[in-house]
Amino acid sequence: MKSDLENGTKEFLIQQVLLNPGRAASAKLQKELSYIARERVHRPVIYLGTATCGMVAGAGNTLEAIRAYIGENGLNAELVEVGCIGLCSAEPIMDIQLPGRSRLSFSHVTPDKVQVLLDEVINNHLPDVPVLGQYRSQIHQEWEGVPKMEDHPFFKNQQRMLLEHCGMINPVDITTYIARGGYCAFVDTITHHTPAQVCQLVDQSGLAGRGGGGYPAGKKWAITLGTVSDQRYFVCNAVESDPGSYMNRAIIESNPHRLLEAVLIASYATGATKAFVFIRKEFRLAIRRLREALEQTREYGLTGHHIFDSGVNIDIVIKEGARAFVCGEETALNNSIEGKRAMPASKPPFPAVRGLWNKPTSVNNVETLFNVPLILQNGPDWFASTGTERSKGTKLFTLSGKVRRSGTVEVPMGISFRDIIDRIGGGMNSDKAFKAIILGINSGSYIVEETLDTQVDFEALKNIGSALGSGAFVVVDEDTCMVDLARHFTAFFKKESCGKCIPCREGTARMLEIMESVTRRPGGGESLQPLERFKGVMQLRGLASVIKDTSLCSLGRSSPNAILNTLKHFKPEFDMHIFERKCPANVCRDLRVFSIDVDLCTGCTACYKKCPVDAIIGSPRNPHFIVQDKCIGCGTCYDVCKFNAVLIQ
Amino acid sequence: MTLESIFAKFPNRMREDLIPLLQMIQDEFGFLSEVTIRELGSFLNISVNKIYGVATFYDNFRFGPVGRYHIRLCHGTACHVAGASTILNELEKLLRIRSGETDKEGLFSLEVVSCLGACGLAPLVEINQEYHPALSLEAMKDIIQRLRNNEKLNYEVGS
Repeated sequence: MKSDLENGTKEFLIQQVLLNPGRAASAKLQKELSYIARERVHRPVIYLGTATCGMVAGAGNTLEAIRAYIGENGLNAELVEVGCIGLCSAEPIMDIQLPGRSRLSFSHVTPDKVQVLLDEVINNHLPDVPVLGQYRSQIHQEWEGVPKMEDHPFFKNQQRMLLEHCGMINPVDITTYIARGGYCAFVDTITHHTPAQVCQLVDQSGLAGRGGGGYPAGKKWAITLGTVSDQRYFVCNAVESDPGSYMNRAIIESNPHRLLEAVLIASYATGATKAFVFIRKEFRLAIRRLREALEQTREYGLTGHHIFDSGVNIDIVIKEGARAFVCGEETALNNSIEGKRAMPASKPPFPAVRGLWNKPTSVNNVETLFNVPLILQNGPDWFASTGTERSKGTKLFTLSGKVRRSGTVEVPMGISFRDIIDRIGGGMNSDKAFKAIILGINSGSYIVEETLDTQVDFEALKNIGSALGSGAFVVVDEDTCMVDLARHFTAFFKKESCGKCIPCREGTARMLEIMESVTRRPGGGESLQPLERFKGVMQLRGLASVIKDTSLCSLGRSSPNAILNTLKHFKPEFDMHIFERKCPANVCRDLRVFSIDVDLCTGCTACYKKCPVDAIIGSPRNPHFIVQDKCIGCGTCYDVCKFNAVLIQ
Repeated sequence: MTLESIFAKFPNRMREDLIPLLQMIQDEFGFLSEVTIRELGSFLNISVNKIYGVATFYDNFRFGPVGRYHIRLCHGTACHVAGASTILNELEKLLRIRSGETDKEGLFSLEVVSCLGACGLAPLVEINQEYHPALSLEAMKDIIQRLRNNEKLNYEVGS
């Protein structure tokens, strides 16, 4: 019975929606679709965000509680697991939609709140807890006194094109996706456009690669299409190994069908018959949802051989990467797919000409691809109407760090960085002053107070000597030591250097030695002697520029950026570490000097007992002292003191 | 699953199957042992050296067993800013092992990873695929203590 119904839905969606050019004109069809899309519902629907960030915040327990509630009360309701709407700091987020009423959203829904919330809402009452908001709806009765989701400060300044369905729909239900207009762009493309036309349309839209390079996607596809070969491949780069960014994973978890549709269109445009989605193995949930979605596209005949009698063959294979930062580089990624060490090759030849198994291969990032179905659905001019003169469309960021609201955000190109922090992020989360925005390790760029009014735009960022990077957006305040952070980044690059070319392999190791001599306490080791330290620091800039100029791949070339930018923007802080051996943010553990204020010390002996190296002397009820020669600067005494008597100098 | 049944899933014996095979072997046996790598070499007709070359390149592959509680500490940018270094120091002190090691009892192993991707909830550790977000030093200590107690309890019940 159920399978009959499912078959019915499938046939209905294929015949009436995908293969029906007049689909938008029929009001009756649109109404039927709105039920499949859950825009209208027959019975209460409870949505819970169960993407990774939701699960980390405890959505698993909330899910159990909701199931138990439905079971106990014999409630005729549907429970739908959705992805992530982006507001990670408010997870777990639960939505409730009653028939005829607009959809309500609640934040921080821990298991103990489930009972109260559902009791009230199911009985058409507004519970006595703060509501995150309600979704605007023309066809439903709205809740009185509840603010609209789109007016919430987090969403108000965003322009959600890529995120439009994220957190709204069941990610692994192809019917919802099709009912909301999905796969129509792909089917229309293969029936109405030639591959060359698709390349041209994407090129006209001005879509640039979002992985960091900013190369026009349409041009890249046209090169692959134009290269004579018996076989072409398409690769979706879903490695996203830049620490501090996870928006690609979030959008795959929330809407995997959009990615598959984009991969299908891109494969068609480049003439590829086989496409790979290369994704990090750690993204377990994203992989599971992607596999499930891929299975559904096979059932619907959207992938495979002779798609919808068009003569187009496209196979999609999901490849799980084995973790190496360098896999994000396209030539390294191709080597990894071939089963080799992920080492970059020199370019040219570019992969678009000679890639996987020496065949033309276009490699595109997840975020770039997410734009593609929209461009084909709405036309290149519609896409180009958003953004600035040189940078079109929107940009995803993973907003995190010391801001009030964190999560995945989508902003139109051209917005200023200040607006992202103040309006979307809600400002700093404490009274500490803003210090910098870190735009990901792979760009190593910082936005500081003076450049905070810069627009999000490839050109504008280039003018201030920065790069947009992958989309990591970590806000730091004065509690963060920029020198320590540069050391942390350098350590990361040293570990992740693939070892192929010398400037990167040896250079990152030398840079790390120098950075450590700056942030560590001078000890017995030779390299930590003052003279060595000064010598190293003197050569740091020269070393960095050699690495930048001579490394083979973008990983090597970007490895010294963090240090160069720290020298550029935070020279006084750097000097303080070198000359005065002090860390203004009190982060570099080795440079801290502790002392005890004799007036405040009550002689409770707490620090005396905890000191790991017995560097504290004193008797009970008398002030204690720290023997500086013995002290290792671990800070234990500072942490245990209840009277604020331990001071950091 | 035996090694043979894993091999049976890859009838084509192509070079591109190497990484998926290594992943499946590790998922099944917990780590890559010399014996399995030799067998894999003769199956794919690739020299053992080359397989080690590939396996040691990627961070995912291990060549020794992990503890019963495998602790993965996120040390991405956001976690670093939120104090992951302090937590790492504390963990190393509590467990008496360094990153990448397993303790003598085979109870805990510690791994530092570059980003787990939940930056809004930093600092973060993952223990046996279960996340512990927004950690403080105290909370970290509690978790380790609880796991130790659990283990003791299991042992007493078992004996």
